[in-house]
Amino acid sequence: MRFLGLRVEKRQTIPPLLRALAPVLTAALALAASGLLIRLAGGDPIESLRMIAVGAFGNVQNLGETLVKASALIIVGLGMIVAFRSQVANIGGEGQLILGAIAGTWVGLRFADLSPLLLFPLVVVAAFAAGGAWGAIAGWLKARLQLNEVIVTIMLNYLAIYTLNWLVRGPMRAPGLAGGFPQSEAIEQALWWPRLAGTRLHIGVILAVFLCLAVSFILYKTPWGYRMRAVGANPEAARFGGINVGRTLVLAMVLSGGLAGIAGAGEIFGLHHRLLDGISSGYGYTGIVVALLAKLNPFATILTSVFFAGLAVGMEAMQRSLGTPFALIASIQGLVVLLMLLSDVLVGYRLRRV
Amino acid sequence: MDWNQFFQEAFIVSLLAGAVRLSTPIILAALGEVISERSGVLNLGVEGVMLMGAFGSFWGETVTGSPWLGLVIGMLIGALMGLIMAFFSVTLKVDQVISGMGLYLFGMGMSSFLYRIAYGVRTTPPSVEGLSGLHLPVLSDLPVVGPILFQQDALAYIAILLVPVLSFVLARTTLGLKIRAVGENPQAADTLGVSVNAVRYLCVIFGSVLAALGGAHVAIAHLKLFGDNMTVGRGFIAVAIVYFGKWRPAMTLVGALVFGGAYALQLWIQATGAPIPHQILLMLPYILTILILALVARQARGPAALTKPFRRGEG
Repeated sequence: MRFLGLRVEKRQTIPPLLRALAPVLTAALALAASGLLIRLAGGDPIESLRMIAVGAFGNVQNLGETLVKASALIIVGLGMIVAFRSQVANIGGEGQLILGAIAGTWVGLRFADLSPLLLFPLVVVAAFAAGGAWGAIAGWLKARLQLNEVIVTIMLNYLAIYTLNWLVRGPMRAPGLAGGFPQSEAIEQALWWPRLAGTRLHIGVILAVFLCLAVSFILYKTPWGYRMRAVGANPEAARFGGINVGRTLVLAMVLSGGLAGIAGAGEIFGLHHRLLDGISSGYGYTGIVVALLAKLNPFATILTSVFFAGLAVGMEAMQRSLGTPFALIASIQGLVVLLMLLSDVLVGYRLRRV
Repeated sequence: MDWNQFFQEAFIVSLLAGAVRLSTPIILAALGEVISERSGVLNLGVEGVMLMGAFGSFWGETVTGSPWLGLVIGMLIGALMGLIMAFFSVTLKVDQVISGMGLYLFGMGMSSFLYRIAYGVRTTPPSVEGLSGLHLPVLSDLPVVGPILFQQDALAYIAILLVPVLSFVLARTTLGLKIRAVGENPQAADTLGVSVNAVRYLCVIFGSVLAALGGAHVAIAHLKLFGDNMTVGRGFIAVAIVYFGKWRPAMTLVGALVFGGAYALQLWIQATGAPIPHQILLMLPYILTILILALVARQARGPAALTKPFRRGEG
């Protein structure tokens, strides 16, 4: 292919710097696309992007909001890294998060008189187990029957959404609030996850960083992580190498779903303090996008999560002037996935003068 | 006359008529996916394409005042979505699961975004006249069969007619042979001078146009309004039905009708006021999808080159 005296040719090797630049380029393109869409909605793109930046990072409170969202995204994103590294496309983060939130709330209400120090690990474990079990269904069906995990996890998302919807209107509904909002009873205040004064930033952010270390340790320093990466790289080779591929897939989905479940518990104990509808607000999908943009690197996920959390919080702040933030952010996420794929291909080529 | 029997017949007729109506979007989307997958491209973004088709046709009707022009606009938007999917999967040869997911997220967000740009935030959502039932002369007066099959809207007839048409095209025409060859053995097809990429582009775009029509049915024939994420997973159910139908149009129709039946039954149980929480009933189609997938898993064998990009000189 040639045009304007230039020739496109395939690179023999891709320099690592260029490879690392691809996600940055994608993020920049995503911002440009946001500007374009804001323009389409009748806003001033430059001014709006400035407003988004101020809304996301402008003061301590806003920064706290961004970091709260980012920590949930980091945790879900880490789960996605585990799944996608094992070549399982887990689109079920939404449902796994909801199951974690349900289990966490149930434990918080059932064992309300337990000491907070004891309850914290109990909640995390319960949420992990619930989310992990929900993930395991898809993992098992893929391992055992080769069912497409994308379809199964999407179906499980809808099942989780309707279960939550039913619980907060039925069995778990707060009795005193009959006729009020469909929601569960509030968790005892003593059990809420502590916050940084003046913000809504809760200890979930510390948990997120800790889990980030834990996931990279599991992936790179343990036999389970080795098996998952081997299966992800080449399932056939892994099988010949004596790895139980099916068991590894299920394990990956348990970890992946379990992490999303922990994020769900964080939403309850750190933010809402009770179970209610729409607890997830798309974390399951955004989690995939942050993981992919981070090139499935646990530490880079922190950066991409802050980027997307900032975008979401900033757009919410801008909501009054445009009224389109959620739809806008979902479109941008789709674009980021596609642009990411595009830039991955593009870095494999270069332009030469003929 | 035995009232009990009358009730039962009326019930069965309305249930089946509802099943046909509710399965129409799934039939259209699943048939589109059959064509796309037979050429070797797994389009997991169907749900996003359906949502864009739903928005496009709805918007088209509010702008032009005609549901038919609305459908045309929905189809054009569907073709555009198909072009994006084909560009990524055929030209760029990227992972089809991930590009399909990207297309889904993009379509889901974009349809809501465009809707808000077009109509702003309103307390009462805009609605359209939409497509109404087309009573076929004579046939619609037939007892039982008439109301079930011949009082549907135009898209339902198109969907059902497409089943034999597409079966014929796939099985008996040169084009069908090319599609199957490209999906089964692209190297061989290429050697014989078939343009693998052109056939795949055509199939993905055609499949997306059908998916968009499916979305359009939900928006302008069934509900006559647009809502965020209004197809609630039907695009993914359609992909599942393709497995169930073993990549054949006729069996795909059967699968889609089963789902339409499940939706209709669920609505009917709700209407009777049975003491089952409606959320549990709403779960039915999704549970059914997983069960059916699990049931047919062992026999399902798709086109050999499904999800495999074609590079000349490899394989």
